[in-house]
Amino acid sequence: MNAVAQLNSSRFSVSCRGITKEFSTGDTKTLALRGIDMDIAPGELTLLAGPSGCGKTTLISVIAGLLKPTQGDVTVLGSSLIHMRGGALVRFRAQHIGFVFQQYNLLPALTAAENAAVPLLIAGRPRHAAIAAARRQLEILGLEGRTEFRPNQLSGGQQQRVAIARALIHHPSILVCDEPTAALDAVSGSQVMQLLTHVAIEAERVVIIVTHDHRVFQYGHRIIHLADGRIEKDERNEWDASHLSQGNVAPSSSPNSAGCSIRKVD
Amino acid sequence: MNWVAVRMLVGDTAKYVGLVFGISFATLLMAQQISIFVGIMARTASQVTDIRDASLWVMDNKTRFIDEAPGLPDNDLHRVRGVAGVAWAVHLYKGQVTARLADGNYRALVLFGLDDSTLIGAPQEMVLGQLSDLRQPDAVVVDKAGYEYMWPGEPYHIGREFQLNDRRAKLVGICKASAPFTTLPVVYTRLSTVRGFVPQQRHIVNYILAEPDAGEDPVDVCRRIEESTGLMALTKRQFFWKTIGYFLQTTGIPVNFGITIALGFIVGAAITGQTFYLFTLENLKQFGALKAMGVTNVRILGMVLLQALIVGGLGYGVGIGLTAAFFESTKNITHLAGLYLNPYAAIGVGVAVLAIISLSALIASIKVLVLEPAVVFRG
Repeated sequence: MNAVAQLNSSRFSVSCRGITKEFSTGDTKTLALRGIDMDIAPGELTLLAGPSGCGKTTLISVIAGLLKPTQGDVTVLGSSLIHMRGGALVRFRAQHIGFVFQQYNLLPALTAAENAAVPLLIAGRPRHAAIAAARRQLEILGLEGRTEFRPNQLSGGQQQRVAIARALIHHPSILVCDEPTAALDAVSGSQVMQLLTHVAIEAERVVIIVTHDHRVFQYGHRIIHLADGRIEKDERNEWDASHLSQGNVAPSSSPNSAGCSIRKVD
Repeated sequence: MNWVAVRMLVGDTAKYVGLVFGISFATLLMAQQISIFVGIMARTASQVTDIRDASLWVMDNKTRFIDEAPGLPDNDLHRVRGVAGVAWAVHLYKGQVTARLADGNYRALVLFGLDDSTLIGAPQEMVLGQLSDLRQPDAVVVDKAGYEYMWPGEPYHIGREFQLNDRRAKLVGICKASAPFTTLPVVYTRLSTVRGFVPQQRHIVNYILAEPDAGEDPVDVCRRIEESTGLMALTKRQFFWKTIGYFLQTTGIPVNFGITIALGFIVGAAITGQTFYLFTLENLKQFGALKAMGVTNVRILGMVLLQALIVGGLGYGVGIGLTAAFFESTKNITHLAGLYLNPYAAIGVGVAVLAIISLSALIASIKVLVLEPAVVFRG
């Protein structure tokens, strides 16, 4: 990495340079990513949008250290992921990255608080302390009174908030979300997006969201459109974040409170 | 994370119970069948173990098992007594006769004829009557199970009479004896009485019971007896295993039990393996999420093994408990009395169960270990 690139990467939490990812099935080879270059700064909520098969999920998997790129380099929080070996990569993920999945992936046998405590348990925190911290996190997210409920006793929106609590409980610098609103109705989707926007701005985190859902475009600081494994368009939103209530991230009931417009970068 | 593994396991009650049931069933089937097999095999030589007064058995050198010994000339006893290292030796008759009961029915019996003066080979425990009453004319003692077989449903009563070879036999006592392989009544009397109870033949007595001198190695004494007399001399343990070996080699019992035990293992392994494998597959997405969140493969493997060990331990415990309960409930049934949960069977089945669950866990783990954590982002 040259000095300019190093300087640039230090300003950004995530830097991708020439990322290519090829999948092979028998004799068939599929190029999912074709030379992706991008940088993401902290405090930004970035949306990865595009049609199915355009490489969105592959790209966040590479950024989250779940997949190794075939070519190129990914630097996350100043560390090159392609040079990290298995164990170090697993530790890196456990420490710095939070995950929010489309289908929540909550453990059905655990309560909301126990689910949210899982990353702390992975980190080796004592169970009672981890669950107590998870209860506090859930209360911050407006789930007081639901902490001892099992996932099947919660609505989709509540389950996704538990998943967000789980993703945030260990204070990661990067939050990676895969279609977090896909399984939610408009109201719940809006609440979840407000929550994620707040998480990005307030804690200076990188929040990357893969989405198909045009309704959520208004919440992104930046929208990266992918097509056929390449960045087709990189747009920035100019929007007013005043609708996010200070000190309380429990979502409001208003589904469309974020007034914003979209402008194209370059 | 072990706690999470346990909660994942017990969270789905139906599957958890199914897994435990699979292992319990396999354990019950294997432990019960092995114990019955061991018990039945031990019955083939139960008369050898029941005679505790003597360490050595001397017989014709072509004898293959306890029910097959031909008669010995009377002077063989003196030849055995003359071998160096033999402390004492006495005659013993063991054969099979048919009794005619007072109601006209016939019953086959195992008949023991004991040395008149010492009663060596007599039963160790009497249920009713005195062993010394065996010295009365025509006196016999019958074992408890045999009494119930000869006079079913009737209270224990000594003084009963029946006929052996048209001779009167008078019941003077009821004793405890291990069930023989054929579950026939075991009747004890004196040798002098036996001579009237069995059809006339040149040599009646077919065994010599002996005891080595103190400090003598029984195996050495047996060798000396064989060299001096040309008879076969075996320690009690050797004769026990010789008899069992005969039944193992010449009957279909081990094959049949072996098939049942193998089926128990295969069915248990199939039920448990498949259920545990499916259980793990259904949790694959959860394991993928845990891997994405930073749980290492080693830890995942530990979680799956812990789940398998819990299921295996519980299933084994329940299965062994049910097996013990089965034998406890059948201990007073005459034909099943003496069969018990063999501790070696319990240990062996424990090893088999450990093998089943370890194999199931390892096969199931492979799916988890090779799972790309990125799978959590794929729908």
